[in-house]
Amino acid sequence: MEERILRANQEAFDRLQLAQPTIVGIGTAGEDIPGMDKMTVLHAGPPITWDRMSGPLRGAIVGGLIYEGLAKDEAEALELAASGKITFDSCHHHNAVGPMAGVTTFSMPVWKLRNEAFGNMAYCTLNEGLGKVLRYGAFSEEVIDRLKWMEKVLAPVLKATLALSGPIDLKTMIAQVVQMGDEGHNRNKAGTSLLIRELAPYLVMTEFSDEDKRDVLKFMHSNDHFFLNLTMPACKCSLDPLEGIENSTMVYTMARNGTDFGIRVSGLGNRWFTAPAEIIDGLFFPGFTKEDANPDIGDSVITETCGIGGFAMATAPAIVQFVGGTPQDAFNFTSSMYEITIGESSAFKLPPMNFRGSPTGIDIMKVIETQIRPIINTGIAHKNAGVGQVGAGLVRPPMKCFEDALEAFVEDAQARGLI
Amino acid sequence: MKPLNGLFEKQLKVANLGLETFYEDLKSQSVEVIQVDWRPPAGGNEKMLSLLGKLKGKK
Repeated sequence: MEERILRANQEAFDRLQLAQPTIVGIGTAGEDIPGMDKMTVLHAGPPITWDRMSGPLRGAIVGGLIYEGLAKDEAEALELAASGKITFDSCHHHNAVGPMAGVTTFSMPVWKLRNEAFGNMAYCTLNEGLGKVLRYGAFSEEVIDRLKWMEKVLAPVLKATLALSGPIDLKTMIAQVVQMGDEGHNRNKAGTSLLIRELAPYLVMTEFSDEDKRDVLKFMHSNDHFFLNLTMPACKCSLDPLEGIENSTMVYTMARNGTDFGIRVSGLGNRWFTAPAEIIDGLFFPGFTKEDANPDIGDSVITETCGIGGFAMATAPAIVQFVGGTPQDAFNFTSSMYEITIGESSAFKLPPMNFRGSPTGIDIMKVIETQIRPIINTGIAHKNAGVGQVGAGLVRPPMKCFEDALEAFVEDAQARGLI
Repeated sequence: MKPLNGLFEKQLKVANLGLETFYEDLKSQSVEVIQVDWRPPAGGNEKMLSLLGKLKGKK
């Protein structure tokens, strides 16, 4: 059995190494994401029912229903959400990912990415910026107005820009940003800058007004996390081809919905292994404490699943001013992740690790054996809807996810007569 | 004299495995010491060890 596992994990790892995530355009959730309709709301993390959802996820759903015109205010939205008329489902079940609450509705514009090595697609909404935003559960008028501007101006301008520029190779761009002080999850300053540099020459050639072009460039420039909504689907489309490789113990999904943390393992198909999401240990913005924090939320942990984010923290020493700790801690986090991964990235090379490839491909057996859980650096949402981000810090998945997955893996191997 | 006693007549250089309190005690006494972050496989969880053993072909 050990030989079978080694071979299967090598296959899974090789598929990830071969991935070629590429931006191919801008679309809308309704037109492009499989299985979407007007009454479907996608969210981050493993599947969850309305009654178990946390404050920020509920808030984002309220905002999504108002944005779609399905409810005129919070009260109507709450009633509709609880009525059973709305289908809630994981972004991950629809080739999509979403940061924080991850709420994705029919009319929202989405990045369209294709993994050119395997032909599969991934989708993600466009990043709204900081402050009061839907992904942190805010749904006030300014939030809805910004979403409308993104739909009516930002997305059409970017769509026309991409039509002129052609596809953009994200693998190469992410390989560059990890050598420019980004780790691709909580620090996206270099990525956002490179993206603007790539798009600007074509953006100015579009036929929109100078005012619209200026607003789009300013919007991207004002938000260091704009690139996050591209690293995420890049990782998603890179990892999806790993689903269902028989005998592989490699994790191909980690995600949180604000209540549960869930993982999926290559050899166990699309089955989720969940446990209660943990509270993040980090630095809080002035006026907020750990008491205000919602448990871990968002699909952005797909970056760590792919070997960047917390796994590449050594390359982003400046991140510790945002999440806490010292540059030596960041180095140690990356070093320890080599203990639980299958290999090293051939694309994402980390200068502080003497250009060693980032630790890639979490193996559930190694996690159990070493008792070292993956390290994630992430934002902290307020536990109440509508407040927004209150800090950033470090968190790990519950060990129970890995223990349950290992048990299921053994049962599956026994059922197939392999052990 | 037993060889072990001779050990304490020299300056000690200690590598401590596992429980960190031993490392901290020595460090507070200015003894040269390094800490090795070691823990038993699967944290000593017998059920998990048994599952890992099945996949690695051990009983």
